[in-house]
Amino acid sequence: MIINHPLLGPRDAQEFVYLGDASLIDRPDASGETALDDFHDYLYLRDNPAGSHKELWFHEQGDRSWLVVTRDTRTHEITHVELAFEYAKRRGRDK
Amino acid sequence: MSQKSRLDGGLIDRSRPLSFSFDGKNYTGYAGDTLASALLANDVRLMGRSFKYHRPRGVFSAGSEEPNALVELRSSARREPNTRATVAELFDGLEASSQNRFPSLRFDALAFNDAFSSFLSAGFYYKTFMWPAAFWEKLYEPAIRRAAGLGRLYGKEDPDNYDKGFLHCDLLIIGSGPSGLATALTAGRAGAEVILAEEDFIFGGRLLAERNLLSEQDGSEWAATVISELQSLANVRLLSRTTVFGQYDHGIFGAVERVSDHLPEPISHKPRQVLWRIYAKRALLTAGATERPIAFENNDRPGIMLAGAMRAYANRWAATASQDIAIFTNNDDGHRTARDLSAQGVNIVALVDCRIDAPPSTEFEVLSGAQVVNSRGRLGLKSIQVQLRDGSMKELACGALGLAGGWNPNVHLTCHKRGRPIWNDKISAFVPATDTDPLLRAAGAAAGILSTHGALLSGAGKAIEALKELDISARTPILPKAEDAPVNIAPFWYVKGGKGRAWLDLQNDVTVKDIKLAHQEGFKSVEHVKRYTTLGMATDQGKTANIGALAVLAEMEGKTIPDVGTTIFRPPYTPVSIGAFAGGSRGKEFRPYRLTPSHKWAEEQGAVFVEAGNWLRAQWFPIEGESHWRQSVDREVIAVRKSVGICDVTTLGKIDVQGADAAEFLNHIYCNGFAKLPVGKTRYGLMLREDGFAMDDGTAARLAEDHFIVTTTTANAVPVFRHMEFCRQCLWPGLDVQLISTTEAWAQFAVAGPNARDLLQKIVDPTHDISNEGFPYMACGEITICGCLRARLFRISFSGELAYEIAVPTRYGDALIRRLMEAGKEFDVVPYGTEALGVLRIEKGHSAGNELNGQSTAAMLGMGRMVSQKKDSIGRVLTGRPHLLREDDYRLVGLKPVNAGDPILSGAHLMNVGEIANAANDQGWVTSAAYSPHIGASIALAFLKKGDQRLGEVIRIVSPIDNLEIEGEVTSPHFIDPEGERLRV
Amino acid sequence: MRYSALRILLEGIRGHTGWKPVWRDPAPQPDYDYIIVGGGGHGLATAHYLAKIYKKARIAVLEKGWIGGGNVGRNTTIIRSNYLLDGNEPLYEFALKLWEGLEQDLNYNAMVSQRGILNLCHSDAQRDAFRRRGNAMILNGADAELLDQHQVREMAPFLDFENARFPIKGGLLQRRGGTVRHDAVAWGYARSAYSHGVDIIQNCEVTGFKIEKGLVKGVETSRGYIGAKKVGVAVAGSSSRVMAMAGLHLPIESHVLQAFVSEGLKPLIPGVITFGAGHFYISQSDKGGLVFGGDIDGYNSYAQRGNLPVVEDVLEGGMALMPMIGRARLLRMWGGLMDMSMDGSPFIDKTPIEGLYFNGGWCYGGFKATPASGYAFAHLLATDAPHETATELRLDRFRAGAMIDEKGAGAQPNLH
Repeated sequence: MIINHPLLGPRDAQEFVYLGDASLIDRPDASGETALDDFHDYLYLRDNPAGSHKELWFHEQGDRSWLVVTRDTRTHEITHVELAFEYAKRRGRDK
Repeated sequence: MSQKSRLDGGLIDRSRPLSFSFDGKNYTGYAGDTLASALLANDVRLMGRSFKYHRPRGVFSAGSEEPNALVELRSSARREPNTRATVAELFDGLEASSQNRFPSLRFDALAFNDAFSSFLSAGFYYKTFMWPAAFWEKLYEPAIRRAAGLGRLYGKEDPDNYDKGFLHCDLLIIGSGPSGLATALTAGRAGAEVILAEEDFIFGGRLLAERNLLSEQDGSEWAATVISELQSLANVRLLSRTTVFGQYDHGIFGAVERVSDHLPEPISHKPRQVLWRIYAKRALLTAGATERPIAFENNDRPGIMLAGAMRAYANRWAATASQDIAIFTNNDDGHRTARDLSAQGVNIVALVDCRIDAPPSTEFEVLSGAQVVNSRGRLGLKSIQVQLRDGSMKELACGALGLAGGWNPNVHLTCHKRGRPIWNDKISAFVPATDTDPLLRAAGAAAGILSTHGALLSGAGKAIEALKELDISARTPILPKAEDAPVNIAPFWYVKGGKGRAWLDLQNDVTVKDIKLAHQEGFKSVEHVKRYTTLGMATDQGKTANIGALAVLAEMEGKTIPDVGTTIFRPPYTPVSIGAFAGGSRGKEFRPYRLTPSHKWAEEQGAVFVEAGNWLRAQWFPIEGESHWRQSVDREVIAVRKSVGICDVTTLGKIDVQGADAAEFLNHIYCNGFAKLPVGKTRYGLMLREDGFAMDDGTAARLAEDHFIVTTTTANAVPVFRHMEFCRQCLWPGLDVQLISTTEAWAQFAVAGPNARDLLQKIVDPTHDISNEGFPYMACGEITICGCLRARLFRISFSGELAYEIAVPTRYGDALIRRLMEAGKEFDVVPYGTEALGVLRIEKGHSAGNELNGQSTAAMLGMGRMVSQKKDSIGRVLTGRPHLLREDDYRLVGLKPVNAGDPILSGAHLMNVGEIANAANDQGWVTSAAYSPHIGASIALAFLKKGDQRLGEVIRIVSPIDNLEIEGEVTSPHFIDPEGERLRV
Repeated sequence: MRYSALRILLEGIRGHTGWKPVWRDPAPQPDYDYIIVGGGGHGLATAHYLAKIYKKARIAVLEKGWIGGGNVGRNTTIIRSNYLLDGNEPLYEFALKLWEGLEQDLNYNAMVSQRGILNLCHSDAQRDAFRRRGNAMILNGADAELLDQHQVREMAPFLDFENARFPIKGGLLQRRGGTVRHDAVAWGYARSAYSHGVDIIQNCEVTGFKIEKGLVKGVETSRGYIGAKKVGVAVAGSSSRVMAMAGLHLPIESHVLQAFVSEGLKPLIPGVITFGAGHFYISQSDKGGLVFGGDIDGYNSYAQRGNLPVVEDVLEGGMALMPMIGRARLLRMWGGLMDMSMDGSPFIDKTPIEGLYFNGGWCYGGFKATPASGYAFAHLLATDAPHETATELRLDRFRAGAMIDEKGAGAQPNLH
């Protein structure tokens, strides 16, 4: 596969390490009353669609960016790639 | 020199005769021959034996689809089994042997299987060999295994080298027949970056095998002209002897170039084969088509072959399987074979055409509406029985029979991403589904366009189309005038009514009856039929076999062939050497070595090294008079405890953490607190995974308000850094913090033992106070040594002694170890290796990889209370789950043998005294064990249920796998200095 | 129809006209007592044991394509019970015992071949871990032997002992491990289930569950609605998709695992051998093909095909371990869909929906478990209580923190 890195252009997927569903960015509030359940769901019940999937890839043999890649799990077609840092900030993680 | 069946003409170089041997007999061929063509020219028809019935077989095709003529090529460690004689390029001195026969090809003892074939129907083995049960491994299976298999591997290391490479292009063209050449010419002239890959050793495809394809010029001449123009273009790369074997995601193709297979052995330092990973923006499949046979009773005799192959042998290689040939066809292409051979002076006994409206001929007898129903000749075809249109039978003597059942486009690569081909009625074959793959198009015969004129035009057209998507404009070149014959075919797959066996899969011996039996037994899906009968599972993957079986199955099911469907096309297109996939990654070069800065010095000391991941670390340093590793290790351990020792700890991961929010960041990633760590201090940190289990441990040293150095274990350096970047970029992107791995940037040595400070004082510049007061336990700082060399000093200890770790830029690592050893002479300093390091840390009760194996919680490690509840750190919340808080969980303890001489084995399990040793009574296990010179006995760390409450208890340490059991006493894991006084002096 | 050598002789003489279908293709009944969704190894084994051992009737197996078309027909055929943890080992050892009697039980030769499985180790820490595991196996009633380098060399002299990057230090041997002809397992179970009255319905895709007040009533299929008292789902690879139709979210990701076979060769490799310093394991089939594999590709996928980097990684491991195979040729590579669970261990459990049961999450190790998985699932379906070998394989174990994590990789499916 080829991942079109937003900063570095197309790179072989072999340069990256895969983590999984991008929902791992949405780490729950640890002080909430339902934290135990929230963290269980967060860690163990990830999305596993047959179709478009937002997922985390780490450019380990490159610039060490974490990327959010939108990829179809049936065809492996990649439709969108962005920096996880930007994505996370958009999800309010910098607050 | 007798090449009895050599004809005139052809693309062979008669000025370069080559000698070769087959089954020990010497022959001569010419440069340009394949092994198969040379054998045919020498009148050899019998070339192999089939897999199951060991039936005599001859060459069937003239290409990579060959099912029959498989040989062991070359000898000793270069012997390669199952090489298709049809693609083995002849070289001087080539040695080949037939395979899967005993004692010889002509008299094969295992051919008795054939006599019992009526009991060896499809899947018979599922129904027997079951009694008695124990006989399977002892009797039946060994016999089956000996009989099965094809060629033999030599069993010794492959002496040849392999390599890998990466190529990029605008357009990859797969196959160099008429359509491929037209494509390459169009794209090459347009300036596109082009790769043209051809599996054969000459470019041209069917242009080489046919006559009269072009009206004004010989096909091979035109091919040579085009190739010579392409060679002159800098933007075109020509790869002959290169098979594009697979299509993968996003335009990546796998290809193998057989660089040296046409030579007796590779030229020195050249690889035998190269695996290319080709990144293509667009690709065109111009891989042509494969002819298919027609099945009838005893259709497998040597001499019976594909009609198009006969033509190729006659036209390109000037060889024929016989001087008396018959053709059996269902389409006009069979007539072309008869015409070409006739033109070469071969006698066409008859052309048997199953169509009643077969075109007539003035050159040979055409039997229209007739069928070949049987054949004779044990080791080679002698005659065929033909059922004429009126039903009467006629026996025709002939030495070879050409089968022309139509052509299947080579759609394989278009289906590697799980695409399915579609049926084309006009040519009665599957063709690539159009427009399903934006990256790979097909043209020419591969797309079902079987005329030369059509192939040329479609090649150029598809090239223009593909390049347009890349914003490269191209024009159709002037193409030669070529034949444009329509396809006239009457689908006809097998002759009905025969009582005997009609072969579909020649290599695996699958017959029409087998397909019918499978269907009768309920195996109706095409995949079931394949798996039950082994159809299409041989080395040729059913290239000439599958379609006939689909037709039989369709008839049984009352469906059409497309409704029955195909099995899945999988890479590789043709088999690829395992060596090529591995390239240079084998032996010592399997993975790179990582060497520590003191490696050269350690080598000079005669150190014994051990792999730690990709690192090589000194395991111990034997000195004169030591004959057993324990002597060296005990000496090193004692030296550290008594005076001072030095160990290279560069392999530990080092991560620089900088930024205004660095402390807050560490507070998140460690379960214990870091916010209040003063500048100039180091703290032990335990890192949990989000699931609450220990991920890694190490230290973090605060060099400045906004600057920490984190260390990790050797094994986890990479994953911990990745994890920290995840936390930084994805979880807390608002923090002002930056990370960089500096593992390789700093050489780091542990200096441990009561004299450690005295030693260091000799090299640390006097401006730095490293006295116990000035630089107490857990202090850290940036210093200079040896006169202004920048260094970092950490007063941390893994051994339990007064100890430091000192780091200098890596390029000074070698100098530093030499200087330290020199300075330490007065203290009898010793270098110590990983083995002594392990003993020292077990004596001290520190956890390492065996304890931190991903299955341990902080509580198990005795660090449950370290998990701060006051802050949000990774792993804190899920540590609160019931099973992680269990009181009866495992706890880290020490073990000492009750009888001091008993050894404790790491990996032994713990049982209560008086209980049976079984899983239900299991109390835990030994994680690390060592002989402790300090204690004078074997000691160990272990996880024991409720271990923290069982100190002083006697427990059984059992290792049934070693038949060993001893008694041990449960102790604190700290065998030495539990109060930590030695650390602080 | 009973299979025997005599029967083959008889049929051979009369031209094989007497062989009956191994299973029939009936039209679905309007309702059943038990519906098993998924006609793979686990589903068919479940039906077999449910009918034969638990004496249940009115059972149907629904298969969306052709039976045995999933992972039971696309694996590397290895059987073994060399697990470490008490949550796993009893089940796999139970499976191995069932394998040992399978042919007699099914009257079908699935070629269970106990030629041994040898896991190589290359470091002291690995050897320690093998000793711990080998002891755990023995304590659970399985067989295990720890071999030193010399013993490994006697067994497999063709391994690289001279020039290895990661020298072989020894190995963990389970002599009762080995291989089984994978397709035959599906067919053997199907044949037996059919002979015990089970309806095996192919080309019947489940498209939804009918659930009323928390109780399952039946399934919607591509061949119409079928009622059921109990529904058991065993659709590894598609678990998430199928269970989502019942509104359930699973601790599972779908990944692709590639496997490989070489051209046929005369016998060369004694049993199963696994490399401890790379991703590679290998055996040789009775037909002569070297059957081998390695690591999963590592990304979520439903494509049933993988990519080149992993192919190269696996074959690099192969050449590092046994450099004699360089001149053998790779014949075919394929990819299967793995249910990668969050701790690397499977599930055989009830679901929050009454009457709906789940069997899945087998990662890349489901084949070897087939008989025990079917047996335990049948037990659960028949008795509503977990089989004694499968008490820990619960869907809610992550909530309690009772993970069964053999590798210690944590909640990272692609590392298990």
